[in-house]
Amino acid sequence: MLNHFSDEQILAIVEENGACKENLLYILLKLQDLSPQNYIDERTANLVAERVGLSRVQMYDILTFYAMLKTKPRGKYIIEVCNSSPCYASKADRVTAILEKELGIKVGETTPDGMFTVSYMPCNGYCEIGPVIRVQGRTHGNLTEEKIKEIIDGLRNA
Amino acid sequence: MSKAVSLLTKRVGKINPQSVEDYVSMGGFEGLKKALTMEPMAIIDEMLEATLLGRGGAAYPAGKKWKQLYNIEGSPKYIVCNGDEGEPGTFKDKILLRDDPMSVIEGMAIAGYVFGANDGYIYIRGEYRLIQAAFKESIEACKKAGFLGENILGSGWNYDIHVVSGAGAYVCGENSALLNSIEAQTGRPRIKPPHLAEVGLFSKPTLVNNVESFADVPLIVNMGGKAFYELGSEGDGGTKLVSICGNVNNRVVAEVGLGHVTLRDLIYDEEFGGGIPEGKELKFFHMGGQSGPIGFPEQLDTPYTAKALKKEGLSIGSGALVVLDEDMCIIDYLLKVCEFFIHESCGKCVPCREGNKQVHNILTKFKNGVATEADLELLQRLSRTMTTASFCGLGQAACTALDCCIKHRRAEFEAHMRGECPHCFPKE
Repeated sequence: MLNHFSDEQILAIVEENGACKENLLYILLKLQDLSPQNYIDERTANLVAERVGLSRVQMYDILTFYAMLKTKPRGKYIIEVCNSSPCYASKADRVTAILEKELGIKVGETTPDGMFTVSYMPCNGYCEIGPVIRVQGRTHGNLTEEKIKEIIDGLRNA
Repeated sequence: MSKAVSLLTKRVGKINPQSVEDYVSMGGFEGLKKALTMEPMAIIDEMLEATLLGRGGAAYPAGKKWKQLYNIEGSPKYIVCNGDEGEPGTFKDKILLRDDPMSVIEGMAIAGYVFGANDGYIYIRGEYRLIQAAFKESIEACKKAGFLGENILGSGWNYDIHVVSGAGAYVCGENSALLNSIEAQTGRPRIKPPHLAEVGLFSKPTLVNNVESFADVPLIVNMGGKAFYELGSEGDGGTKLVSICGNVNNRVVAEVGLGHVTLRDLIYDEEFGGGIPEGKELKFFHMGGQSGPIGFPEQLDTPYTAKALKKEGLSIGSGALVVLDEDMCIIDYLLKVCEFFIHESCGKCVPCREGNKQVHNILTKFKNGVATEADLELLQRLSRTMTTASFCGLGQAACTALDCCIKHRRAEFEAHMRGECPHCFPKE
């Protein structure tokens, strides 16, 4: 678990991915992926900021500006539903309803066992297979109720 | 006869995107080889003659942009490729980045040669992270083969391309915001002037073009500006990738000669959109992403080219064409568009940050059947204010779709005032 990573281990990840300003967003997304709760905690943020030459406030500005970066803990698995208009036209509302029913939570919430967080995302450029969801960075499209259940079951049994 | 063209897309799906050998076997790097034998200004002349209107959305002539940068003193100069493709309904750059990345690399390399640059940057949206990784592999393969890196093709010139990731911010598609993002700042736009050609990345002279624009460059160098121009028409050269999606039978990226097809062709032809599913009627279509205009069935015979579309108050923008059928309520749709802008507004200026929220409030009154004539007036005033007073293109264009709908479908707004809409107020 990232939160159990030592400072040295975090810095090693920063180094591996080219510790410089241009790679900052890439590094942050990578660290977030490695975090069991899918977020950037304060210690990690401060370490990265110092290493690439940003102040803490600049780092906080960045973390809260970019939609894919999160400063609060989330579930183990993130399920994001596209709510932009092309997917809306392809009945994305049904997908949201199925997810909410299947997981027993509303969009924006995390299941009590900490397994799943469901949230909205803007168009991620997979409109040819809408409605889409993104799960752990991978996009799934042409969704049906069966397909959504399959994805969730797959994660539950992972 | 087929109206589809296959130039930019000729390698898509036919090669291993990470194989230089495959790329070269289908004409790859011929443009770069030829360019290296030409004077930089001669290449710019071809670009000017090609009349390539920038493919990212703003349609600024690429040749003109190149010439301006060429005439600016200062070094180093940087080449930046905008791969932030964030306009909803747009997925054409993804096809190039994923299936023919070396065409983009080749275009960026030719630009690098023209401006004597040693470093190019490609900013790929965070949502395309799997593509970023593959793109890096392609760069490495090109370096190994001598088309990138040190002493390219024995010319003594060095040029490298760096992949930079976004992290989910639509506004970073705005070129100056994108440069800020590369510099590890928040992706808020810069005030202009100075233009990016003068003060760009790391405050140095910089060229920023879209993915598709760069992929067009090897074609232009190969076939010559004139031949490229003739693929299009009416001051709008070349072919264009169109992302067709929404309520159509085929959701595809189509390549067409500009001005050689109409909107009707794009939506209804079997080789393009293939018509509306379940035999439903077309209600409207949204062009160029959320910031683009909305068109209606009576405009379907407009040729797909900048000039003709402009006459109709339409535009190509990013090349998105989102089709909506009879079941979609205009107010409902506009609320979705507005929610997008509320989410994506960077918060820097008041007209955009607050304006979008107010537009949403008023549209909600229409949806609830409690709006009045005064609300419609207020909507139009708000739109004017946002369009005139917003800091960057995001706020300035946030009401484009709304304006089109009020202009062409005022009656649907008025019907909502009376509580009439089969979608919002279903009869029992």
